[in-house]
Amino acid sequence: MAHKKILFVARKAPYGQSRAPEMLDALMVAAAFDQQVHLAFLDDGVFQLVKGQSAEAIGHKPFAHAFEELDDYDIEHLWVERESLAERGLSESDLMAAVTLLDRAEMAQAMAEADLVVSA
Amino acid sequence: MKFAILVTEGPFAHQASDSALAFARAVRAQGHELLRVFFYCDGVMNANRLSAPPATERNPVRAWAEFAAESGVELTVCANAAVKRGLREANLAPGFRIAGLGQLAEAAIAADRLVTFGA
Repeated sequence: MAHKKILFVARKAPYGQSRAPEMLDALMVAAAFDQQVHLAFLDDGVFQLVKGQSAEAIGHKPFAHAFEELDDYDIEHLWVERESLAERGLSESDLMAAVTLLDRAEMAQAMAEADLVVSA
Repeated sequence: MKFAILVTEGPFAHQASDSALAFARAVRAQGHELLRVFFYCDGVMNANRLSAPPATERNPVRAWAEFAAESGVELTVCANAAVKRGLREANLAPGFRIAGLGQLAEAAIAADRLVTFGA
């Protein structure tokens, strides 16, 4: 089977729509197919990583802890766009997981280098 | 070129499904290969044969079924997303089938381009 570099891009806030958990499912299945999977957060997607979420308070299953388990899927880096954080008044210390910050230009480069970009 | 299509919105509230179908037809008209259309998230509702819009309105479910019949392209509906929304094998429109998310990964890997409608 072909071995592709697949970049999943989280661009939506964690609640208010169901994109985030469903994208995580797709990502884990792709990783299970032995593909090289990367995950990047930009725009409102950076809110998915913010510490101290209480998903249960609005009747949702907490999914955020899943980001910490991504090591098991050989996803070494969580890429976060520096400008998206800054535009929302957030900094790296507001995030629950260790991330790698990329400038917008570097993010564009990462997308250009991926065989597939799946945005959600 | 080999294409795969991912549809993530339902048939009525968004343009995504219509655009996906137009794109699917264009892909084939240009002589490319369309490996599979995968329906995920609310996109699974495009397969609901119980959907019955008024006769004067567009009917996306029927349009997809007609496309499947004329093209032979596989229309695959995510099993988890379907069951979650009350969609089962028995209410699938002709041309659709239910399968796992692995079918999306497989199509994405085999295709030169995966084009998403609805993100």
